[in-house]
Amino acid sequence: MQFPNPHDVKAEVIPGTEGWERMYPYQYQFVTDDEERNRYEKETFWFYDGLHYPEPLYPFDTIWDEAWYLALSQFNNRIFQVPPVRGVDHRIINGYVYISPVPVRDPEEIGARVPNFMERAGYYYKNWDDLEAKWKLKMEATIAELEALEIPRLPEVEDLGVVTGGVGESRGYHLIKNYDDLINLGIKCWQYHFEFLNLGYAAYVFFMDFAQKLFPSIPLQRVTQMISGIDVIMYKPDDELKGLAKKAVLLGVDQAVTDHREWEDVKAAVAKSPRGDEWLAAFEKARYPWFNISSGTGWFHTDRSWNDNLGIPLSGIQTYINKIRSGANIDRPMEHVRAERDRITAEYRELIANETDRQQFDELLGCAKTVFPYVENHLFYVEHWFHSVFWNKIRQVAAVMKEHGILDDIEDIWYLRRDEIKQALWDIVTAWATGVKPRGAKTWPVEIEWRKGVMQKFREWRAPPAIGVAPEVIQEPFTIVLWGVTNKSLSDWASVQDVGDPDSITEMKGFAASPGIVEGKARVCFGAEEIRDLMEDEILVAPTTSPSWAPAFAKIKACITDVGGVMSHAAIVCREYGMPAVVGTGYATKVIKSGMLLRVDGSSGHITIVR
Amino acid sequence: MNTVLAAKPDEAATKIPLLSWFEECTKDSIPLVGGKCASLGELISSGARVPPGFALTTAGFAEFMRAAGIQAEIAGLLHGLDHDDLDRLEKSSAAIREMIESRPMSIELEDLIGEAYRKLSVRCCQASVPVAIRSSATAEDLPGASFAGQQDTYLWIRGFDDVIHHVRRCISSLYTARAIAYRLKMGFPHDQVAISVGVQKMANAYAAGVMFTLHPATGDRSVIVIDANFGFGESVVSGEVTPDHFVVNKVTLDILERTISTKLMCYTVDPRIQKSVATEVPFERQSIQCLIDDEITELAWMAKKIEKHYGRPMDIEWAIDKALPAGGNIYILQARPETIWSNRQPAATATATASAMDYIVSSLLAGKRLT
Repeated sequence: MQFPNPHDVKAEVIPGTEGWERMYPYQYQFVTDDEERNRYEKETFWFYDGLHYPEPLYPFDTIWDEAWYLALSQFNNRIFQVPPVRGVDHRIINGYVYISPVPVRDPEEIGARVPNFMERAGYYYKNWDDLEAKWKLKMEATIAELEALEIPRLPEVEDLGVVTGGVGESRGYHLIKNYDDLINLGIKCWQYHFEFLNLGYAAYVFFMDFAQKLFPSIPLQRVTQMISGIDVIMYKPDDELKGLAKKAVLLGVDQAVTDHREWEDVKAAVAKSPRGDEWLAAFEKARYPWFNISSGTGWFHTDRSWNDNLGIPLSGIQTYINKIRSGANIDRPMEHVRAERDRITAEYRELIANETDRQQFDELLGCAKTVFPYVENHLFYVEHWFHSVFWNKIRQVAAVMKEHGILDDIEDIWYLRRDEIKQALWDIVTAWATGVKPRGAKTWPVEIEWRKGVMQKFREWRAPPAIGVAPEVIQEPFTIVLWGVTNKSLSDWASVQDVGDPDSITEMKGFAASPGIVEGKARVCFGAEEIRDLMEDEILVAPTTSPSWAPAFAKIKACITDVGGVMSHAAIVCREYGMPAVVGTGYATKVIKSGMLLRVDGSSGHITIVR
Repeated sequence: MNTVLAAKPDEAATKIPLLSWFEECTKDSIPLVGGKCASLGELISSGARVPPGFALTTAGFAEFMRAAGIQAEIAGLLHGLDHDDLDRLEKSSAAIREMIESRPMSIELEDLIGEAYRKLSVRCCQASVPVAIRSSATAEDLPGASFAGQQDTYLWIRGFDDVIHHVRRCISSLYTARAIAYRLKMGFPHDQVAISVGVQKMANAYAAGVMFTLHPATGDRSVIVIDANFGFGESVVSGEVTPDHFVVNKVTLDILERTISTKLMCYTVDPRIQKSVATEVPFERQSIQCLIDDEITELAWMAKKIEKHYGRPMDIEWAIDKALPAGGNIYILQARPETIWSNRQPAATATATASAMDYIVSSLLAGKRLT
């Protein structure tokens, strides 16, 4: 299958963005001046990573892309030696990330990698629980280090203590050093992120794959259901909200909690209630660490945590209080989920035609269940907890830069690459030490202004889903499970390019993620802060959902997302609530408007807009 | 019990019923009621809703022949026939069939059939309920499903006289030229052949079709595949229309796939002549789904139950009766073991059980083909 040539796509520069390449690392560019690299790029299959990057990447946010570029590839290729695949290569066009798994082509080399992989990956699978316990300690230590990290402001004169303590170091040096430490902690955290993940996904993918070989028509959602009902901490934040709702009712402060929309007003009202202090203390206790949950995927600086915006958890608590008042049970139906999981697993198992396959099924299911908690839990530690703290530390760096005139606004920092920030900090500390004005105060604000315009133009550009030449076989487990790259998805992508006027679309298709058919009114929410506008029994349409959206699911009767697979948050939660979900539609939020009447078929993945 | 016992003839026969309701039959009743009626009885015992009916048993058939007093004449007409002599075969066949269809039946037997037909009409809340009358061959006489298919079936028969008449016609089908030739060739004595006749309420199908308890294309046993059209199932079985097509998850009963076809024609009963006729589907209904989702789910649920009862994949004919209330209007007409996939040796997907690790490695090496 042939897709547009990457260099041709890149060559059509959007007017006014000439020179955009400097916003990203140079190795991310498709090139024409290096014949060998150019040929490799032409003959390779690149697909747009819309799963992670629905929007063009801010220069600073490229940090996580580089972090996983390194981490995924090193574990695949240098640590575990996945036999047929090296790493995943990255490029950027107009702010959109394109990736490509790099195969090992020589069969002899593949064979030579097998024993290494068996020994190394085998060690992880065999000692999974112990290694995972170790992982948790490493991760908690890394987060503790991050939380303790100070971003110093530069004083007019250093404290006397620097002299009397014989410290011998200035705040200027600490600013530079701690910025480096901050970045390094982030990179380290992403090293850990991938320690287990590819192996976890491999176990997951090949269990799914085997189930589909046995039952070609089995919906993926049913395969994932066989691994449901395992307690994972991703649900903990939502459980905390439910606990706070119950406590509010119990302590008689529920009226005070639901009477106001803003957290500050609620806090004041509760404080005046007889047992309000008790509730406020419980609220504070729940915040650390559980409110370090991002309202998005956590991948972007724009994803703010509950701690950043207490209105989000507040609206969740209010939803649950109202549910309790109406007599509903707000607990997660875990017993039901597990009973249904066991029934489905047993019935499918019963349908397997022979003993050999049944044993293989048991073996792979067991392995998938072992890896499942990590596959879910790492998200809370890395993408939510670590990232939420990390973004705010970077904002502290930005505050220093603003103080020294490099930035007009704190939120401007995201327009700079992290190495440019380092340069600017050098500019600041040397100027501060010397007692002169930093050069960047004149240059950076101009550059940032230009970059803002470029980013806007990038957003209006439509990234082709795939470029280059599609291979015959894909062996990289992430590529298969996360991005769902299959023959079918490729042809779907090819057809998406033809979608014309969004106002004329009445049918859309996504992954069937949770079964059932409903009709209802659409409510398009682009962020978690908008879910408070949801009405009972509406159909939620969102770019993607994350655990911080959990309270929304208590109100709605179906969910549609742009991005995600059958393992995504929306899919899992909808299956638990027994409501239909269609995920990974690609562009539902662009086509559907709030108030439209929709018919959602979560069994087939079809959405109909009743116009 | 509704079993109707023979009046007297001889001691041994008193225990053998002349008529038998389907619900009294099981798969072991083939010598008594033939394969077709026995399988309907077995289907009922699986819990499926089958249009009610009864069978004139092989004992009833024997009583008919005895009372008609034509055995000697038949033997004479068959004597010395050669299975290759088509002319004589045809002549003898015509004479025998004429005899069977015209001689008076014993009054007792007529009464038995008449009473059973009346009870059936009461059960169906319909005066002179329309029935299908078909011969039900016993395996010993006519081995091979192809022969059973040659037996006559009469649809939309109403009223006592017509019922009696068509029961006779079914009996006489035992003496078609082909059937006679076949017995001659195989050396079956003619006086030992037996036949049973089934009388069954016609399902007045709003929609009908077939379903399989595995995917006919892939052999996937986790789904039930339903093909459906408006009217009687003939249009689906014969392939005259492209039916609506549904794939239902056997485990969870949700509808995984639906393909709604343009259904140009269907078979419905012409109320004037009380016969099934090919009709054009009205334009506005051609492209709409011919079943509601609840019906699809219930069909799949029934198929699952039937498969469980028989312990093997099944091929099932069904109809939705327009005269019955929703929730109780689905009829199972026939269920046969599925043969294509079931006769294949189920090859293991895994050659031998591997550890998860070994499986992952070999799967990684194989990769996922894109083209």
